[in-house]
Amino acid sequence: MKTPGFYPVFKRDITRYFRFREQLLTSMLHPILWLALFGFAMAGTFERLLQTSLPPAGIDVVNYLTFMCPGMIAATIMFSNLYGGFSVFFDKDWGILREVMASPMLRRNLIIGISLSAIIKSLIQTLIILVFGTILGCSVFAGQNFFSAMISVVGIIIFIGVFSFAIICLSLYVAFLTNTPEGYQGITTILSMPIFFASNSLYPIEGLPPVIQQFAMLNPLTHLTNGLRFFIIGDNFSALGLVFSYTTTGIIFSFLYLTGLALVFFWITLRKIEKVVIT
Amino acid sequence: MENIILEVSNFSYQYGEVQAVSDISFQVKKGEIFSFLGPNGAGKSTVINSLITLLPLQKGKVTIAGYDLGSEKARVRESIGIVFQKSTLDKDMTVAETLDFHGDIYQMPHEDKKKRIRELLLLVELTGKADSLVSSLSGGMKRRLEIARGLMTRPKLFFLDEPTIGLDPQTRQKTWEYLRSVNNEGTTIFLTTHYMDEADILSDRIALIDHGSIIISGTPSELKASLGNDVIYLETSDNTNANRILIGMQGIREMRMYEGKLLITSEQDGTRLLPDIFHKICENGIDVLAVNLKKPNMDDVFLHYTGSEMRD
Repeated sequence: MKTPGFYPVFKRDITRYFRFREQLLTSMLHPILWLALFGFAMAGTFERLLQTSLPPAGIDVVNYLTFMCPGMIAATIMFSNLYGGFSVFFDKDWGILREVMASPMLRRNLIIGISLSAIIKSLIQTLIILVFGTILGCSVFAGQNFFSAMISVVGIIIFIGVFSFAIICLSLYVAFLTNTPEGYQGITTILSMPIFFASNSLYPIEGLPPVIQQFAMLNPLTHLTNGLRFFIIGDNFSALGLVFSYTTTGIIFSFLYLTGLALVFFWITLRKIEKVVIT
Repeated sequence: MENIILEVSNFSYQYGEVQAVSDISFQVKKGEIFSFLGPNGAGKSTVINSLITLLPLQKGKVTIAGYDLGSEKARVRESIGIVFQKSTLDKDMTVAETLDFHGDIYQMPHEDKKKRIRELLLLVELTGKADSLVSSLSGGMKRRLEIARGLMTRPKLFFLDEPTIGLDPQTRQKTWEYLRSVNNEGTTIFLTTHYMDEADILSDRIALIDHGSIIISGTPSELKASLGNDVIYLETSDNTNANRILIGMQGIREMRMYEGKLLITSEQDGTRLLPDIFHKICENGIDVLAVNLKKPNMDDVFLHYTGSEMRD
């Protein structure tokens, strides 16, 4: 029986992930540290500043840590995937990519294999943040019964899947575009700044200047965060003295937007890989 | 045409304005070891990288195992095995995983793949290392693993780009033995090398390549025989006059000046010719400073046909 074309690339990437404890541990520790250090610091600050503001009547109030938890998941996944193409950059210059490029394997299988492995890693990170966040005092899936919690889990997996796919494709594109590790890191770092800060992952975008607010509306991280908050916290809640409400239509739009972006990035990266010459 | 596995006609390659390879044509026959011998920068890697589909085919016609390189790239890729000049191993995978991965990207059926891995590990004597990480292997073992990997799919044509570069003399010897046994089992081999001894010892036929052109090709013994019986390097107090005096002398096949020495190839037994040469030079008041007489080797062949020693 033949295995699917992307399988060897996927298997290799996942094998490496679990083989080397450093990568596994740091990828797990990274979000925990963010949540524990940054999360607590910000929670303390926001709650001290906002202690006088009254929560609107009749709406569930969630603490800042709970508000931040889905954003933390989104940001962690954005960073891991944006830097995720680095190993392929090394494969290109010092590794097995020439072997792959001279083989009859279709180029798209390279992208699909790496992406699937990236999605698995993202889901593992998500699980860790959810578990650790709950321990720290985030209330996740509050007020959801078993059935709706299951729907939420499926929703989370789908959102994480398309978002990871989009960002890892972008990262692969940069890996094939650049010729030095510094170049790769420079570009991904510059990309990460606006994606991270001009988004609603850590704070509401209402406080940002209008231009940046508009950018934030186009930012895939904002749409992922919206989806995750919807599934993890709920469609109507209050945090930081503000009311957040999401409609099903809005969430479907976010999903379609992320899917469209993922397809565009996939196509651009595939074109790049089909044209690239590696010797 | 039945027994031609690789046919290259009027192949040229340009990097921007630089003409790396100009209009070369050659054939490789089924079952032989064919070498491209030339200095670094001669164009060997450009040719091999085009043949293995990493570089686009710019100009010329290439047929590999009956498939046209221009229009049947995927077929060509399925038919060949490759050992790259720069190592392309993943040091974080084990020996067995390396071969398994290769079998998978070529979509080998599972059973066949497992069987082939066992066979090849035996051939390159790495069976005991199957579960070791590549990073723990010595340079020679890594090379053997790359050879095994290139043979996984039983290629009709096996390409090796500088197969023993960076290896110590003993390991080189051993690598040659493996390549010979691979060839004896029926695999046709095309290799590039800048080592004269490697080309001489391994090849059935050699093409000398320099500045992007094939200068001469033939079997190692044909190439050496083309220089005559012996090669004499002669250093005198006045090479220019010595050269003039010796021109046309009985038994001398060809003569040229090279870096303060006279390079003479002989028609007949050089040991009998040498005393006559000395006599004639001394008669004219020129002193012989140094002399060297030897059977021609590939270095001499290269020097003779390119007019310069192999540069690095």
